[in-house]
Amino acid sequence: MRLLLGSLFALAVAAVVGLGTTWLALSRGTAFGAVPIGAWTAWPKTGTRDIDPYARATIARSGELPLGSGDGIAFFAHADDAGRPLDGRCDVLVSGTTPQARFWTLTLYDPQGRLVGNSVDRQGFTSQEIVRHADGSFDIVIAPRARAGNWLPTNAVDSYVLVLRLYDSPVGVATRAAREVPMPALQVQSCP
Amino acid sequence: MIRWLLWLLAGALLGGTVHLVAVLILPRTATQDAYTRLTPVAPANMVVAVPQPSPQNEIMPFMDPAFATAVCRYDISERPIKLTAPVVAAYTSVSFYTRRGVAYYAINDRSAGRKVIELDLMTSEQRSQLPEDEDITAADRLIVESPTTTGLILLRTLAPEPGLMQIAHSALEQSSCRPLETQQPAPER
Repeated sequence: MRLLLGSLFALAVAAVVGLGTTWLALSRGTAFGAVPIGAWTAWPKTGTRDIDPYARATIARSGELPLGSGDGIAFFAHADDAGRPLDGRCDVLVSGTTPQARFWTLTLYDPQGRLVGNSVDRQGFTSQEIVRHADGSFDIVIAPRARAGNWLPTNAVDSYVLVLRLYDSPVGVATRAAREVPMPALQVQSCP
Repeated sequence: MIRWLLWLLAGALLGGTVHLVAVLILPRTATQDAYTRLTPVAPANMVVAVPQPSPQNEIMPFMDPAFATAVCRYDISERPIKLTAPVVAAYTSVSFYTRRGVAYYAINDRSAGRKVIELDLMTSEQRSQLPEDEDITAADRLIVESPTTTGLILLRTLAPEPGLMQIAHSALEQSSCRPLETQQPAPER
C-alpha cells in the first residue's frame, strides 16, 4: 500500500515538473546561443540547421518560420536599454545607427507576433523610407499619437515587441559582442 | 519522512525525463506549425502568393510586412524539383525549410550572383543517382539537398517603400517550382 501511494506521488510530481517546465520553457522562448546587444537579442543559430531543440519546439508551436541565416538576422526587443518594458502608451525613442546591412526593416508586433492595426496603416519602416540626420543616424519615435519625422504608431497597446531585421548582413553566427555591431539605442521617454 | 523525500526526488528526476521527451516530441505533434498553416492555401509543387500580413489576417506570426512573400510547398518523394525566381526588385531571397520549419538553406540575389535564381532541389539519394554527365555537373547548376522529402520554399521580395509592393508581387508571380523532367536512364551496355 505504501509502495503504491509512494509511486503515485512520484508520478504526479514527474508529470507536474516535466510538463510545467516544458510549458514554461516554450512560452518564455528559451533558446540557446542568444546574442544580446543592448536592448536587442538575436538567436543566429535558429536560422540554421544547428537550431536547438527548444527553438524547434517553439517555432513548431507558434507556426513562425525563422529567418534563414543566408537571408538575414532578426533582433528582438521587449524592453528598453534600462530594462523598462515597451508599453504602447509611452513615447519610445529608437536612435542611432544600425549594423552594416544591405537593407533593414523595423517592425512592431504584439507579443504573439501579430501586426498592430492603426489609423495610418503603418507597422514599420524600411531603411530606405527613414528620414536621417546629416551623419546618417536616425531617430524613430514610437508613440500612440502622431509625431513629426519618423513616427511609428502603437495604437496604445499594453505591450509590444520590436523586431529589427538586417538583410544581407555580415552579422550572424560569428557575431559575439556589441563592439562589432552598433545597434540603435532604445529609450522609454515618457509615460502618461 | 525520508521515504517521502526519496519519492519526491524520484518524481523530480522522472519529471526531467518527461521534460526532455516532451520538448523533443513536440515538433512532431504540432498542429499549428507553418507547414500545416500553409497547406490549405498552397498546393504541392507550385509557387503560390502568401497573403500580405495585416492586423486582421496573418497566416504566420512575425512575418515582415515590407516583403511580398510566395511559397512553394514541395514534395520531392518522387522526383526533384526545379525552382526559378527572377530577380527584379531591390532584394530577393529564397529560403528552404524542412517539414518542421528548420531553415536549412537560404540564398539572396547577391549571393546567387545573376538575374535569375535557379536551383534544383533533391534528396541526397536522388543526387547520388544523377548520371555523371558533363552537362549536368556543370558548375552553373546549383543543387540543394533537402533533408526531408517535404518542406517549404519561401520566396521573398522587398518593397523598400509601400508604393513598390505591386512590383515586388509581380516579380514573384514570374517565379516557378515544378518537378524536373524525368531523366533518361543511361543506356546499358
